[in-house]
Amino acid sequence: MIDQITVFLENTEGRLAKLTRAISDAGVNMKALTIAESTDYGLVRIIVDDTDRCLEALAAADFRANRTEVSAIEVPNRPGGLADLLQILDDMDLNVEYGYCFSATDQKAVDVFKIQGDAAASRATFRIEEAGFRVLRQGDI
Amino acid sequence: MADDQDILTMPRDQIAELQVQKLKRTLVHCYEDIDFYHKSFDEAGFDPYAFNSLDDLRKAPFVTKQDLRDGYPYQMVGVPRSKVREIHMSSGTTGVATVAAYTQSDLDNWADCFARSIEYADGGPDDVAQIAYGYGLFTGGLGAHYGMLRSGATVIPTSAGNTERQIRILRQMGTTILACTPSYAMHIADTAIGMGVDPAKDFHLRAGIHGAEAFSDNFRRELERKLDYKVLDIYGLTETGGPGLAVECLEQDGLHVAEDHFYVEVIDPATGKNLPDGEWGELVVTTLDREASPVVRYRTRDVTRILPGSCACGRTHRRIDRLHGRTDDMLIIRGVNVFPSQIENVMKAFDQVSSWYQIELTTKNYLDVVTLKAEVNPSFDIDDIGQIEGLQRRIQAALKAALSVGVRVKLVEPQSIPRSTGKAKRVIDLRKE
Repeated sequence: MIDQITVFLENTEGRLAKLTRAISDAGVNMKALTIAESTDYGLVRIIVDDTDRCLEALAAADFRANRTEVSAIEVPNRPGGLADLLQILDDMDLNVEYGYCFSATDQKAVDVFKIQGDAAASRATFRIEEAGFRVLRQGDI
Repeated sequence: MADDQDILTMPRDQIAELQVQKLKRTLVHCYEDIDFYHKSFDEAGFDPYAFNSLDDLRKAPFVTKQDLRDGYPYQMVGVPRSKVREIHMSSGTTGVATVAAYTQSDLDNWADCFARSIEYADGGPDDVAQIAYGYGLFTGGLGAHYGMLRSGATVIPTSAGNTERQIRILRQMGTTILACTPSYAMHIADTAIGMGVDPAKDFHLRAGIHGAEAFSDNFRRELERKLDYKVLDIYGLTETGGPGLAVECLEQDGLHVAEDHFYVEVIDPATGKNLPDGEWGELVVTTLDREASPVVRYRTRDVTRILPGSCACGRTHRRIDRLHGRTDDMLIIRGVNVFPSQIENVMKAFDQVSSWYQIELTTKNYLDVVTLKAEVNPSFDIDDIGQIEGLQRRIQAALKAALSVGVRVKLVEPQSIPRSTGKAKRVIDLRKE
């Protein structure tokens, strides 16, 4: 499992720019960013190299930011790579709340998943690793 | 203040007798010295010289804020200008200001009335009182100032604003009593917490004297939890001479009217008829000994009721309930009457949001649309869209049940609702007239 930061943003002009500026001013580097939006607000999910420092900086700048643990899994870069992984979760009757691509190279991609329920997530990690996938730890980021 | 103690516990029949005696003088003073009352008494067929019992007052005509405005600047003042020692004015946000003039005796009585808030909080010379009401034309600042001086407390006149300095003084000067609006007290508490100060530990507060705006019991509990002190409500308005008309005691069960200085009635705002004790209606105030700006049956537009029965504190002066809003800040939304305090009470049941909220009224296709903005608290799990939308739906359902009006709930970022140093701006009305 790795740390993800979720930021609650109002759907107004300039907020995302302010958010990323606050992070860069803290000297924190973003590894991945994804946005989920509704008409009123957006949720920005970020993975950074220094979660603690980033959270501190965001709180000081009055952003509402939470730490969430997510699963980051290496998937082979070939047709069916992701389908094989999701099959394992489906066989375990586990729900994925959301997911996004973290990074991709010619050989492999890293995908991030929020698996519903903390206990389920650690159970899933065990099975996924057992099936030969690599699950990233915080130190791998 | 042995005399004051006697007055506060005087038997009811003696209070009534005192009120009749003072009213006789006030009514004649108004009739003889202020043209407006001469005319309005005559038109209503009310004979001030024949006044002999409290019930007789019901025959006297009302006076409204508009009447006082029409008398701007000096027509409603009942003494020669040379006897006027001080003048205050209402904020005048809705047009011409109303004038409150004070003779020396009026100032003394005002100080007495406000000082009761300290007395009711068992305070006195051992207290350090920080006054964070705005000083100036607003009656809150100087009213508190005179009252605190009278009570014997050490007065620190910080006035409103410069919150970080307020916090520094609260920590370093041993302030035991904080006088300001309830929303400013909350702002001070939240700012202190944001600075890493724990007001419950780092301040030395015993009591807060918080008036000038209505606040709910829940808001009070939150203040008391954050600042570890007792919150006492104080009531008054510029037109009746400022704060001190009624003050809460430590029982926190209604505000004792200073019945040796004021006579209060509660009426049905639609018919003008007097309502029995216990029933909610509009508060009507008659001043008993004001010289410069006396009012007879002033319609306050404030909604309250007279609490029946006696107070556990042993004082005999009748109590009015905490204000339930004003007949003129009452919102009419799609034809339904809504008090902002009702919304606040609903919101306090949701600990996922902060106590700062704002109601925005707009129109869409000629229909009123109400949007309530609330700030999510740090403890709430924002990573889950289902949770966020579930919270919005639950708040909407609770508001709908309490108000019979559909309200759109919008969760917003922390600190995005403007903080005020004076009265909290809870309602933004963008509807076209």
